[in-house]
Amino acid sequence: MKTIYEKSSPGRPGIRMSSLKISATEEIPTKYLRSEPAELPEVSEAEVVRHFTALSRLNFSVDTHFYPLGSCTMKYNPKACEAAANLPELTEVHPLWPQLRGGGMLTQGSLAVLYNTERLLSEATGLDEFTLQPMAGAHGELTGVMIMAAYHKDKGNADKDHIIIPDSAHGTNPASAQVAGYNVVTIPSDANGVMDFDLFMEALNEKTAGVMLTSPNTLGVFNPRIKEICSAVHDVDGLMYYDGANFNAIMGRYRPGDMGFDICHLNLHKSFATPHGGGGPGAGPVGVVEKLRPYLPISRVEKTKDGTFTLNYDEPKSIGYIAPFYGNFGIIARAYAYILSLGRDGMLGTSNRAVLNANYLQEKLRPLFGEKYKGRCMHEFVYSGDVLKPYGVHTLDLAKGMIDRGIHPPTVYFPLNVSEALMVEPTESEDRDTLDRFVEVMEELFELAKTEPEQLHKAPVSTPVGRLDEVKAARDMRLSQE
Amino acid sequence: MKKTPFCATSELDQQAMFETLGIQDYDDLFEAIPDELKPGELDIPEGLSEMEMMQHIRRIASKNSTDLVNFCGAGFYDHYIPAAVNALASRGEFYTAYTPYQPEASQGTLQAAFEYQTAICRLTGMEVANASLFDGGTALIEGIMMALRQTRRNKVLVDEGVNPIYREMLRCYTQNLSVDYEEVNLSPTGIAHRKVYREVLDDSIGAVVLQNPNFFGCLDNLSDLIDEVHAVKALAIMSVYPMALSHVETPGAMGADIVTGEGQSLGLPLNFGGPYLGFMATRKKLVRKMPGRIVGETVDNQGRRGYVLTLQAREQHIRREKATSNICSNVQLCALRAIIYLSLIGREGFREVGRDCMDRASYAWHKLTQINGVEPAFNRRFFNEFAVRLPKDASSVVSALVDQGIAAGFPVGRYYEGMDNVLLLSFTEKRTKEEIDIMVAKLESALKA
Repeated sequence: MKTIYEKSSPGRPGIRMSSLKISATEEIPTKYLRSEPAELPEVSEAEVVRHFTALSRLNFSVDTHFYPLGSCTMKYNPKACEAAANLPELTEVHPLWPQLRGGGMLTQGSLAVLYNTERLLSEATGLDEFTLQPMAGAHGELTGVMIMAAYHKDKGNADKDHIIIPDSAHGTNPASAQVAGYNVVTIPSDANGVMDFDLFMEALNEKTAGVMLTSPNTLGVFNPRIKEICSAVHDVDGLMYYDGANFNAIMGRYRPGDMGFDICHLNLHKSFATPHGGGGPGAGPVGVVEKLRPYLPISRVEKTKDGTFTLNYDEPKSIGYIAPFYGNFGIIARAYAYILSLGRDGMLGTSNRAVLNANYLQEKLRPLFGEKYKGRCMHEFVYSGDVLKPYGVHTLDLAKGMIDRGIHPPTVYFPLNVSEALMVEPTESEDRDTLDRFVEVMEELFELAKTEPEQLHKAPVSTPVGRLDEVKAARDMRLSQE
Repeated sequence: MKKTPFCATSELDQQAMFETLGIQDYDDLFEAIPDELKPGELDIPEGLSEMEMMQHIRRIASKNSTDLVNFCGAGFYDHYIPAAVNALASRGEFYTAYTPYQPEASQGTLQAAFEYQTAICRLTGMEVANASLFDGGTALIEGIMMALRQTRRNKVLVDEGVNPIYREMLRCYTQNLSVDYEEVNLSPTGIAHRKVYREVLDDSIGAVVLQNPNFFGCLDNLSDLIDEVHAVKALAIMSVYPMALSHVETPGAMGADIVTGEGQSLGLPLNFGGPYLGFMATRKKLVRKMPGRIVGETVDNQGRRGYVLTLQAREQHIRREKATSNICSNVQLCALRAIIYLSLIGREGFREVGRDCMDRASYAWHKLTQINGVEPAFNRRFFNEFAVRLPKDASSVVSALVDQGIAAGFPVGRYYEGMDNVLLLSFTEKRTKEEIDIMVAKLESALKA
């Protein structure tokens, strides 16, 4: 499809802007000015609408397709949450108004949304206090690790220099630990798919600042020794960080705080149904136990005795400012609307059904992938596509075959510790018919792999473009329109 | 069992699925988790119906003041957003899609990102842009880390004209790292202080961070300073306000190596601070050091043009702790809004909006500086924003005007010592002549009071 620049033609009117002109009283000297206008498109409004509508139709999305993208949690986003967050009384508020003298009273509604959401997330996770400022999951991780660093610094734990992370962790965990100034010690998974306990205990010592993990982990396995791990880490005054990317598996049923975790981030776009927009924005609020409260970023939303809300910037031990303001407010408002809609009963019902759907699919697909995958999973599971290797078919070929059948493929690039990984997460949004249809498609693709593998090598054929040359993209590096 | 919202499996389906799994109920499903971890009843209210939820949010939202006439900017501006931006960006195919891991099923998102990257290059005069970062502040810290990686030095100089909100963030992010962070005071005329830079620039400096127009709205041509930065083999990072680039000299033409900024002005609502749009652009030779997602053009197996995420070897899913950054997402939906906005207003409209902002600011500056006792804080050129020194505390003046329905600007005393009387005022195309006249009149009487 032509780009918007290729559709441009000089002198085409775009939208008409304000007709209220004020004549300039003086001109800016040319040394401050650009010599040529930026070459933006010149297209009519109708053409812009057609162009972007046409682009939208080239996408698979939750609103149009089954999207069982493991670890990324693509669940349905209720339209009412969108409507609630788009109220002009919320979207038209300038973030600096609360900093005007007495200005907090201008934004009591927005502050209430933040305060109430913090309370709900605290209760849902079993942690004492939340900050909503982190703008994505990885940003939450970084915030959490910075809180760890501030805690250790304050306590005089000067020699803490590393963080322990299992090899099945999201790649952002080690990246965040490193960006916050720590070395990373990686622990392999054991035969059950959880962090090897003996190797972990060998690695743990007085210099351990903390441990970052999630349970259930990215293989969908709950770590049965989680309490033991937590108390061993606490014995060396380390902190336990819970990567809440998988919180939707346990929401309403178990809480990271009760398990012994000290810090936890949640991905609001995963567990709390805020749309991810093709890659963002997200939101990654961070919760902490009481002893870490002083280190949370500023500002803090507080409720005063008269029931009004105020912002507190005076926290001497705080790590400081990790965001310009209060986080991705629009995303938080969507999540708030979603949590209110679910309520406590809905939270439990949601994780129940997410886990049921995953186990049902895992069970139904077991005959295809072999009996070596036993037991229950949580909200997602991982199979290895190695079973198709004899036919010269890779997991990626299966994925492309699914696209032709109207299903967005599961995650196939992760986790790195499973060869030819296929990570499936159906979520609670799907009904049994959709799951059964997925199983049928997989059976069909397996049959095809055995009989006509070349068909899968050619897939997808129904999309606007076929398999794309990624090597060429990296080599030629055409990153913008000439 | 109660009906759970947004869950599709019926009672009947659940029973059948339990049978498939050979279990009785949900407790069997979660048997791997020890009982001792079970929480009691959560202190969370019962779920609300859609109608009740909407009523609740409306009631809360109504506690915000939204009828204020706003002259408060300071990096975040109240521009008009054409209706088509919302209409197109709220299409479910865009906003309920995920990261384009399967490019054949995500060409819409990918092409839009490619068009966005192109627009950022053209606005800034740079060669390559990424597909966006969280916000202008995180883009700036990422720019600094990128520059220090490239130069293998650990010292960064940050100009005092850089938005103080971002400088607060930079101090926070660099505190645990071996980064030597230093700020450079403004010159008395309100721009980057050439003399001081000449004294402090040496080969320990990895990066210098400048902003144009700076926090006080002052315009500068930084070419000479950037030459001096390059002379010690450091990189020049420039933070910019994209709307100013409709008229103001590009960072590319001034020689900047890395450009970052806040794209909120390009079709995003103020939204109490987010989500916003961090943009970043650089030179082609630095692209492999640039963090974040990048979309590249390529061809498919039949030679048709298409788009993919590229240069991913720099990222966390492959490099883990050795990645260029920990950021693994972008703000694609915000970038989409920006490219739709820029396409709608187009080449001429962009100039026109910029002109409208500039003219309103210029008009207001002349009116305000005629008031007895009100002086320009800096004797420099500005785009849409400027600072004035009042004869009394700016906070109390603003407070008096807020009571009359006007947010008359941002008092900068909180961030700059000795500037309690300084007020920063911003102007967008939304402000009318009448609104400006009323604001000026009320400010004048507040000063007399």
